[in-house]
Amino acid sequence: MIQAIAFYFFATIVVASAVMVVMARNPVHSVLWLILAFFNAAGLMVLLGAEFIAMLLVIVYVGAVAVLFLFVVMMLDIDFAEMRAGFSRNAPLGLLIAAVLLAELLLAVGAYNAGGLSLGKAAGDAVQAADTSNIEALGALLYGRYIVLFEIAGIILLVAMIGAIVLTFQPPKAGARARQDVGKQIRRRPEDATVMKNPEVGQGIEL
Amino acid sequence: MTAFFQSLGFSYEWAWTIATFAGILIISLLVMFSVAMVIYVDRKVLGAIMMRRGPNVVGPFGLLQSFADGLKVFLQETIIPSAANKGIFLIAPIITFTVALAAWAVIPFDEGVLVSDINVGLLYILAISSMGVYGVVMSGWASNSKYPFFSAMRASAQMISYEVSIGFVLVCVVLFAGTFNLSGIVGAQKGFGLGLINAYVVHPLLFPMWVVFFISSLAETARAPFDLTEAESELVAGYQTEYSSMSFALFWLGEYANILLMCSLNTLLFWGGWLPPLDIPVLYMVPGIIWFLLKTFMFFLMFSWIWATVPRYRYDQLMRLGWKVFLPMSLFFVAATSSWLMATGAFGDQFAIF
Repeated sequence: MIQAIAFYFFATIVVASAVMVVMARNPVHSVLWLILAFFNAAGLMVLLGAEFIAMLLVIVYVGAVAVLFLFVVMMLDIDFAEMRAGFSRNAPLGLLIAAVLLAELLLAVGAYNAGGLSLGKAAGDAVQAADTSNIEALGALLYGRYIVLFEIAGIILLVAMIGAIVLTFQPPKAGARARQDVGKQIRRRPEDATVMKNPEVGQGIEL
Repeated sequence: MTAFFQSLGFSYEWAWTIATFAGILIISLLVMFSVAMVIYVDRKVLGAIMMRRGPNVVGPFGLLQSFADGLKVFLQETIIPSAANKGIFLIAPIITFTVALAAWAVIPFDEGVLVSDINVGLLYILAISSMGVYGVVMSGWASNSKYPFFSAMRASAQMISYEVSIGFVLVCVVLFAGTFNLSGIVGAQKGFGLGLINAYVVHPLLFPMWVVFFISSLAETARAPFDLTEAESELVAGYQTEYSSMSFALFWLGEYANILLMCSLNTLLFWGGWLPPLDIPVLYMVPGIIWFLLKTFMFFLMFSWIWATVPRYRYDQLMRLGWKVFLPMSLFFVAATSSWLMATGAFGDQFAIF
């Protein structure tokens, strides 16, 4: 009973907020609706018993990716009138994408109703033992059977990260301010920076 | 507690539901009460270090000061700036407050004294605390005012940066404990140091990680010396500049609930949670919850002590510390910890692939 209630609760909110992502006038509102959708999708994962995936969904998507989204969108200076002006121009493209998505959805539902692909029964390592937790099962697979693929994925991500840094890195220009030496800043004492002078009246001081 | 409600004649489902709601209510009330007391302690400690008296008028020794303040903000008028984005402006403090309370669901106060003993407890805390940044960002944006917005930008960058190194520190602890369950992590610390000391922090690989975690928890909760989000001289009052009355109080309470959460995480992950400091039978006569509260309170005192004594960081220093010092250091320690555990055979042959 309570599972059904929870499922419909989460599912309704996911769908509704996904609709609101598209419908919202203000892009910041769109991102916030998207975050709500992510969060409730995590709730659905918990219902499926995949609590590890649910937590990762929240940590990675809600906690990191969506924050960056929000960050960028908030910084945009958006002119709403201008945005709506492009509507008729972009409508055909939008309709095309919508049609493709609809066709794919229908295809997917149709294929699902026709019965699953027969991939064979889960056997051996693929069967999750009853007493292992999510994390252990995933870890055993990722770091056991699929270790090579996992490492390759890691290397690809590393290369992408280094690539992004290389592309955006600008070497300091010749005339630019000297780089900060933190050690030097910390070693600096009040005696190095200040002097005590006791000038005669009307004398002034020379620094 | 489920068993108690079952004995009253409820079916298991209803007993579970009622017990969970009761547990949530009890824990949130207790957390709110301790937040009120802890704000008083904070002000007293600050007063003592600055050689003034601190709050001493309301109630004996000023003990009721926080409640008087609470009543005051409750009776004030909520002002919403006309240029603000009303919906988000009002939701933001609620998010901060809710998220700060939600994380307490998996904190074990004593053996078995917690709302939900889930397997992924530590990940749940990470997930919930990463939500906390939204309250700040939304309030800063919705206020439609430049200082709150600057503050929100600073806060989100700061929280994300330090969450990364906190994540790696947690990995080290999890490697030692072999579980993400907080009760399991505390249990694994029993007799950890030479069979005598109930704390992870005595291990030479974990002590530096605790230092990183402690400093990161200061940064994560935007406490001094990392309180750049509300640097008065630059940003008025930071992201809460435009807030008044209860909406302001919600930020305030949420902030302190987060600070207490970080203190209790220090206790649970590195200092043995509800276990007494030494593995001696006599010490177990003191209830576990007392040990837990004592340790948490000790960390809170350290938080206030640091607030009173350390000058504020510059923003570039903050980022440098997070990305150039803590991140490489914690990465190195993750590698060192797993190598050490592999070498000493703590994992057994479970992961012997080659």
